[in-house]
Amino acid sequence: MNFKDNKAIYLQIADRIGDQILSGKLMPEGKVPSVRELAAEIEVNANTVARTYDHLQQNGIIFTKRGLGYFVSADAKDKIIASRRDLLMQGEMDYFLGQLKAVGITPAELQDLYNDYLNRANASS
Amino acid sequence: MLQINNISFGYNKKRGNLFSDFSLNLEAGNVYGLLGKNGAGKSTLIYLMTGLLTPQSGEALMDGVNVRERLPKTMSDLFLVPEEFDLPRLSIKQYVSINAPFYPNFSMEDMQRYLEIFEMSDYIDVNMHSMSMGQKKKVFMAFAFATNTSVLIMDEPTNGLDIPSKSQFRKLVTTGMSDDRMMLISTHQVRDISDILDHVVIIDNSKVLLNASFADVTSKLAFRPLRAGDEPLFVVQSPFGPLAAVRAESGEETVVDLEMLFNATLQNPAAINNLFTAKN
Repeated sequence: MNFKDNKAIYLQIADRIGDQILSGKLMPEGKVPSVRELAAEIEVNANTVARTYDHLQQNGIIFTKRGLGYFVSADAKDKIIASRRDLLMQGEMDYFLGQLKAVGITPAELQDLYNDYLNRANASS
Repeated sequence: MLQINNISFGYNKKRGNLFSDFSLNLEAGNVYGLLGKNGAGKSTLIYLMTGLLTPQSGEALMDGVNVRERLPKTMSDLFLVPEEFDLPRLSIKQYVSINAPFYPNFSMEDMQRYLEIFEMSDYIDVNMHSMSMGQKKKVFMAFAFATNTSVLIMDEPTNGLDIPSKSQFRKLVTTGMSDDRMMLISTHQVRDISDILDHVVIIDNSKVLLNASFADVTSKLAFRPLRAGDEPLFVVQSPFGPLAAVRAESGEETVVDLEMLFNATLQNPAAINNLFTAKN
């Protein structure tokens, strides 16, 4: 797994698990790989993965069943979407809109671009 | 698990002691990265902690037993992969049948799994002496991991490994690690192994300058572009402006840049020591 430099690795792993839950690769109530399994798969220290799982557990995205391991919460998808929306609105959206303004893209053009994007995304899924 | 207590050691009187009153405690369940400049004594320290050298004073204890006594119960639960070594004119299969009995927890199943990770499964009947250095290293490390000893020490394990084997090595460590095991990896190739470590030990001038978990480093230091008003512990110039190691603000978590951490620690040991010994 390749990591970016700007975010702690345990959080990048959390994002990746979030992606898998959103895409349906990990299902609600489904089992999450054990700490050691995931650590071996992505070649990262097990304590880092353990930290990822702590973080996801604190945010209610996964939960433990004693002796059985970690499972995806029933409402994990909603929680991930809500927190990503918050994050987007807090920072990245401002930056993105600033870039649009800087290169002179109008709201009408943006609407067309977004519609095109949605059409392509729907066609490929 | 491995305790080094007040060790003093030097190779000869003229050059003086490499280590004086040196102590370090290594615990089970951790993968330590041992970092130090050339000549800082990393390999010497490894030989002292595996009973290959005798300290002039002090002792290295494994589970309370002095390693220098080289008792069978110690030697069968300890494995060292040195930086350079040669292997006998034997096939992997012969080598395993001769050497595995010294290690009660050796597992042939694990050996096969680790050879597979390194894509060396087809070499089981090949004469090891005729292999390239990189191949020897892979075979020897597969054996080292398969012994399932509590202590596994590797001196520059990624030296001589080709590009795919570096990722394979990380897989080997993350697959072979367990809560009962302690691994110590001495290296200069910090980029190869940063993600698989959970502790970093930096030594210089016979002192442990830093012995901290990555979680601890992340909570105390941030590695990022320098901002106005920062009081950086270390700054390095890059084409995109200065990068700095600074005290992390609460909630600020960045990826640990081992190279910067190492340079910051060597340049400013007192400040780093303060930061890591102070109570939050």
